[in-house]
Amino acid sequence: MADESKSGGSNVSGTTPASGSNGRNGKNGKVGLVEIVKDDLDSIKTEIPAKVKEQIDGLKDPTKTQVYTSIFRHKHDDTPRNRALGVLSNVFLHLHPAKINRDAVRYSYTWGMGGITFFLFIILTYTGVLLMFYYHPSKVQAFRDVLYLEHDVPFGKILRNMHRWAAHLMVIAVWLHMFRVFLTGSYKKPREFNWNIGVLLLVFTLLLSFTGYLLPDDQLGFWAVTVGTNMARATPLLGHEGPFGPQLGMTPYNDVRFGLLGGSIVDANALLRSYIWHCIGIPIVASVLMIVHFWRVRKDGGISGPAPVMLEEEADKPRRGPKAAGE
Amino acid sequence: MDWRQLWEICSAPDNVPIVALIPLLIFYIYLAWKQAHANDQLIAQLETDPAMAKTHHRKTWPFKQGWQKEVHVWPFLLRVEFLAAIIITIVLMVWSITLNAPLEEPANPNLTMNPAKAPWYFLGLQEMLVYFDPWIAGVVMPTLIIIGLMVIPYIDTNPLGSGYYTWKQRKFSISAFLFGFIIMWVSMILIGTFIRGPGWQWFWPGQTWDHNRLIYEVNRDLPDIFGITSNLGKGIFGAIVVGGYYLLGGFVVFSLFRRYMAKDFKRMSLLQLGITQFLLLTMVALPIKMSIRLLWHIKYVWITPWFNI
Repeated sequence: MADESKSGGSNVSGTTPASGSNGRNGKNGKVGLVEIVKDDLDSIKTEIPAKVKEQIDGLKDPTKTQVYTSIFRHKHDDTPRNRALGVLSNVFLHLHPAKINRDAVRYSYTWGMGGITFFLFIILTYTGVLLMFYYHPSKVQAFRDVLYLEHDVPFGKILRNMHRWAAHLMVIAVWLHMFRVFLTGSYKKPREFNWNIGVLLLVFTLLLSFTGYLLPDDQLGFWAVTVGTNMARATPLLGHEGPFGPQLGMTPYNDVRFGLLGGSIVDANALLRSYIWHCIGIPIVASVLMIVHFWRVRKDGGISGPAPVMLEEEADKPRRGPKAAGE
Repeated sequence: MDWRQLWEICSAPDNVPIVALIPLLIFYIYLAWKQAHANDQLIAQLETDPAMAKTHHRKTWPFKQGWQKEVHVWPFLLRVEFLAAIIITIVLMVWSITLNAPLEEPANPNLTMNPAKAPWYFLGLQEMLVYFDPWIAGVVMPTLIIIGLMVIPYIDTNPLGSGYYTWKQRKFSISAFLFGFIIMWVSMILIGTFIRGPGWQWFWPGQTWDHNRLIYEVNRDLPDIFGITSNLGKGIFGAIVVGGYYLLGGFVVFSLFRRYMAKDFKRMSLLQLGITQFLLLTMVALPIKMSIRLLWHIKYVWITPWFNI
């Protein structure tokens, strides 16, 4: 196809002056129209079969076409260079390094929980967006929309089920991820900051799940959120039933719970607020934190192990760098 | 034995993740322990044999000279990730086909659910409401849990055990985390899910939920036992008890650290020690408060006009 475009280009440069410029017209003025057409017709017999052959030959190896080479920036025959480029030149895979510790691919070390959490976040985004097409965050509609989803929308039931179970699974995966990171001591130098980002992501995962709980607008969600947000009444200083709250002028109509619910009870405003936090606010913040989290995994030296074990007497000696080499 | 009641609780759709959590945790604790045990054996071997320590590759997995230390991500990691994604998708699909997400009656503020339970992952905090006022259980505790988790890397001065499973090199930090995560967080969730019934009362698994059950429990406050009646006296008494707990407990932590974790203690700054003492004592205060409530029916320790602890 690359060759074809070349010949196409030369064709264009040959024909445009003939139709456009005056000088060329004057020179060829003597040749009759019939002869031009006849010449072109003759050339069809030779040039088109040649092009057909060229086209078919090109199709035999699609990897040489312009379309293919514009999408894939390198070859795929199995060489170390191409294996590295396969990861590095792909925007979705380039979070990974080209090579990793041979033992880090063992399931027993990482349990894969961080990756599974991220995959579940993607599933939740996907099913969540589809659910948004059928859901109105209003007191009149919300519950009916869920009924409609369950009984009339094609695959609506499995869509809602997947969203809910993936959310629960994500909470479990996040906990196990934190558990593994703790047990392998992966929060230690130089990964302290990334552990902190991880703790924030854990909190946002729980908040995402919690804000989603109210959305079906059924008894389960309503009372769970009522119990949950009632705690905010008791916030020290900022809640109307909390220590020093009343002294600071807190009432049910101006305290922190009012701000969370958009009212003094769990009602239409609370539904709208949790919808917006659930679908827009928290996912954006969590996504930004995820970007930082993944970035720092790489910047802090990649996955933490499995590292060679350290002995007690080596504890205060530097492990890498010039000082370690000098010993 | 009311099997029906037990089945109703265990098969409630939202309780399935908690039922699943138990075997998952057991499996992963076993997996971690197995590797920690193997690493600890290797460490013990290397510490008795310095010549071996100089040449050994320091891992429990086989490694021979000439083997590459790193492998290509494509395909060796990506195939694992791809497989994990497929397995998770299949699990979710099967789960979603076989079990429906719960949907109760439309929300009705006039019809209180009994028991009204928070989402399962917050049940530990709701369980704490039995023993603490809402401002502690609902606000201060979650805040301290988040802050406590965040400061872990900055107060753990032990450089050993970074990047591999071990028990012997990190006995204290791992015990503290297991205590917080398994005993204080997960088991409280299990109690909140499987044991707490109507009125947030204690029903053993298999005991019928009796909505009319009343328990006559007379709770006292600690100052009452000492015959303190005036508000001022109660306030001062509570401040002394709580302050005394942190002072005395702080001293105990200090003395234990100095003796049994001498190296980590030496690396600690005053601030690191102080934060560790405070968080540790606050965490231990939960089971203490729970036990004085359960054993001696003591509700509050410190009573003031503004807050009670």
